[in-house]
Amino acid sequence: MSENRLTNILVPVFAVILGIIAGAIVMIVSGYDPIAGYSALLYGAFGDRYYIGETIRQVTPYILAGLAVAFAFRTGLFNIGVEGQLIVGWLAAVWVGVAFELPKVIHLPLAIFAAAAAGALWGFIPGFLKARFRVHEVIVTIMMNYIALYVSNAVIRSVLSDQGFKSEKIHPSASLRSEFLQSLTDYSTLHYGIIISLIAAVVMWFLLEKTTTGYELRAVGFNQHASHYAGMNVNRNIILAMVISGAFAGIAGAMEGLGTFENVSVKAGFTGVGFDGIAVALLGGNNAFGIILAAVLFGALKVGALEMPSAADVPTELVDIVIALIIFFVASSYLIRLVLTRFKKEGK
Amino acid sequence: MLNILEIIIPSAIFFAAPLIFTALGGVFSERSGVVNIGLEGLMVIGAFTGVVFNLTFADQFGQFTPWLAMLVAMVVASIFSLMHAVAAISLRADQVVSGVAINFLALGLSLFLVKMWYGKGQTDQVQVGFDKIDIPILSKIPVIGPILFSNGYLPSYLAIVLAFVVWYIIYKTPFGLRLRAVGEHPMAADTMGINVAKMRYIAVMLSGALAGIGGSIYATIISRDFSHATISGQGFMALAAMIFGKWHPLGAMGAALFFGFAQSLSIVGQAIPFLKNVPTVYLLILPYALTILALTGFIGRADAPKALGTPYVKGKR
Repeated sequence: MSENRLTNILVPVFAVILGIIAGAIVMIVSGYDPIAGYSALLYGAFGDRYYIGETIRQVTPYILAGLAVAFAFRTGLFNIGVEGQLIVGWLAAVWVGVAFELPKVIHLPLAIFAAAAAGALWGFIPGFLKARFRVHEVIVTIMMNYIALYVSNAVIRSVLSDQGFKSEKIHPSASLRSEFLQSLTDYSTLHYGIIISLIAAVVMWFLLEKTTTGYELRAVGFNQHASHYAGMNVNRNIILAMVISGAFAGIAGAMEGLGTFENVSVKAGFTGVGFDGIAVALLGGNNAFGIILAAVLFGALKVGALEMPSAADVPTELVDIVIALIIFFVASSYLIRLVLTRFKKEGK
Repeated sequence: MLNILEIIIPSAIFFAAPLIFTALGGVFSERSGVVNIGLEGLMVIGAFTGVVFNLTFADQFGQFTPWLAMLVAMVVASIFSLMHAVAAISLRADQVVSGVAINFLALGLSLFLVKMWYGKGQTDQVQVGFDKIDIPILSKIPVIGPILFSNGYLPSYLAIVLAFVVWYIIYKTPFGLRLRAVGEHPMAADTMGINVAKMRYIAVMLSGALAGIGGSIYATIISRDFSHATISGQGFMALAAMIFGKWHPLGAMGAALFFGFAQSLSIVGQAIPFLKNVPTVYLLILPYALTILALTGFIGRADAPKALGTPYVKGKR
């Protein structure tokens, strides 16, 4: 058992190392200096207070998106729709933020709740179709992503603005921004969302590991038939998992809408945060604590990458290659496991 | 009315062509039992390769450039799809996850190279495209001639012909029978002496090749350059067309034509009186909403190949 756990930790670590090495090889082959590239990346992520603030800001939605993907994973569902759930959450949060004027203690929670509800609704549909009609959730969630994108763009154009490209700024009473955090980090866009995302991680851990509901959700993830024979309502658990997963994703959208941008604008394409959430969840082993670590890694990579073109002349996309390869290596963990068991056998 | 059809139908075929190629690729891969969410990324690679080849060699090859670009894109994308094949077939990776990784990698890698070679986020405009043609004889038929066979791009017609070819391959040849067997019941196929892994490798590479063609003609005809937004969802729409077409080549073609129709309505709809008042958002989400409905069983039950998404491990029951 403990040996198994060790492998489970070693696989992501190896995947990250392999990904970073592969990134260095790409840089060498393309004629860039990998040491300059990676030092620029490191500086751009943690170099001074401003960069640290930006990194933490980026980590915030990553944690929530990762939790959303992981929560569905643990129930045996693959929620590729986190992106769409995030978009509708973002829209709902800003809508509430713009439309009402309330005291902060009511307004802010209300906006976040609206985001969670919107995301949950967007997750409910594929969950329901899976439970009722056995429709594969992967395809439905992909389709729901596009519907979310186009519908939210239409709402922004016609309802939240007068055929414009972005909504008004939300009222300060719904904002997550804080003068204090900004002054602490040299006026980065850091906001209180990080606290919410950490709380969400604890909630996910508690829900899955310490409650009966969580036990049932995981049981369904392990073996639907066995859970069914044990008297659990499989369909109800499938829907519940997608709803909770969608709610996490919606809150991730609220982080962007209430904290980072304080508005919502028409999008030409996806934000990418929801898809990156898949990488975060995979690397984090679908476990709340692992997800926080993975989110920090990917957040640092994304923010640090912005420093690479100016300091080392390396295109920012290098980081996307590294992230893609890390997912690839985690997915192909069979290979890493094989190598690890070889080594163990030889050690004995 | 005829005037309207003359606007809509050619532009529907025009938008559908890349989807048809890619969806047919999807049919090969999924019929063999390998989920290919990576179609989007493979289209990205195809679009990137096609545009770069076109820009680089337009002077040497003149009018042949887009055709050669298409072939090169086909080869490059099919090599790229090997990564998915290795992960999904040999390394028993989760096929959906590996497909997601392919999508990330394709976009990251191609934009990285664009920035390295062109020093900016997008390439220049392609100067040499496909010529518009009137198909001889057929375009002379009254009424349907001008609507269906005039002033179209040759790749669009090729796409439709190819759908029939793929149908023949999958349903009428020994290769097709093996392909389907491997996707339905790999163990039985293995027992009969079919090399499951080999069949699946071929299928995934075919899907890469066809998605590469799809991506390159999309970039050459429709977007005319390459940037991060060139391929934004066409691969997923092709995937949707494949499912909507019930994993059948002709069905996939029909669905792709329909999606092309919906796309063209959302673009040329403004010129058509009775569609002017329909907000474009409805037309934009139509293909996706219909796919969900199709899956739900309102348009006849769609059943995936039985072994779809499961790696085949020899000797495991």
